[in-house]
Amino acid sequence: MNRTTGLLLALVFAANAGGCADVQPWERGDLAKPQMALNPNPTNSAMRTHAYVSREAASGGDSAEGGGCGCN
Amino acid sequence: MNGSSSHRRFAQAAFAAFLIFALPGTALAASAPDCDWNLDGVKQIANTQQFRGKVLYVDFWASWCAPCVLSFPFMNQLQSALGGQGLQVLAVNMDARSEDEQRFLAAHPARFDVASGENAQCAKNFGVAAMPSSFIVDRAGTIRFVHRGFRPDDAGQLRTEVQQLLANKLAQ
Repeated sequence: MNRTTGLLLALVFAANAGGCADVQPWERGDLAKPQMALNPNPTNSAMRTHAYVSREAASGGDSAEGGGCGCN
Repeated sequence: MNGSSSHRRFAQAAFAAFLIFALPGTALAASAPDCDWNLDGVKQIANTQQFRGKVLYVDFWASWCAPCVLSFPFMNQLQSALGGQGLQVLAVNMDARSEDEQRFLAAHPARFDVASGENAQCAKNFGVAAMPSSFIVDRAGTIRFVHRGFRPDDAGQLRTEVQQLLANKLAQ
């Protein structure tokens, strides 16, 4: 059982290894595009966080500055 | 006793590695790799050797690299101020699409040599580890200083290094 699990894990790792690529510094042009960012819409996220923090009447839990009345 | 000396040796090696890799500007003494550069819109080919006798400031840049926007006015200024004393700025483009390069150059005109076309092998030979990377090569063809990235605060130090190399005339 353990051996099978290990073998399966090794297979999964081996299958995924093909996805790893050595990207040179000068090949990062496409990765630098805004649509490649992990957060594709930072302005929208910031607004949503601001509204969330105001509604909760607390700040800090969402790692955002300010909070309270939502007027700042 | 043995353990402490090996610890010390490890600490020394780690410190040396820090000096070599972590500092943004590093002093070196390695021969500049031999590269053929496509200058003037791929009409003219120049080899690294042809710049012997001049101080060569090789800068690897790309249109998508934000600090490169800041480095262009600095390199223009460097070329116009020190070109007469034997400095040649060579900006090596690393864009995958030449239209990106053309768009960048239209917005940020370069008054120095720009190498276009396929430069990946040259970048590998130079050991480019970040964008932009600049290599200051002395008159004898030896890389003396390497800088990764560009901040406006670096301008003074870069200029000092270039002037220091310009002061060394090549023995005939």
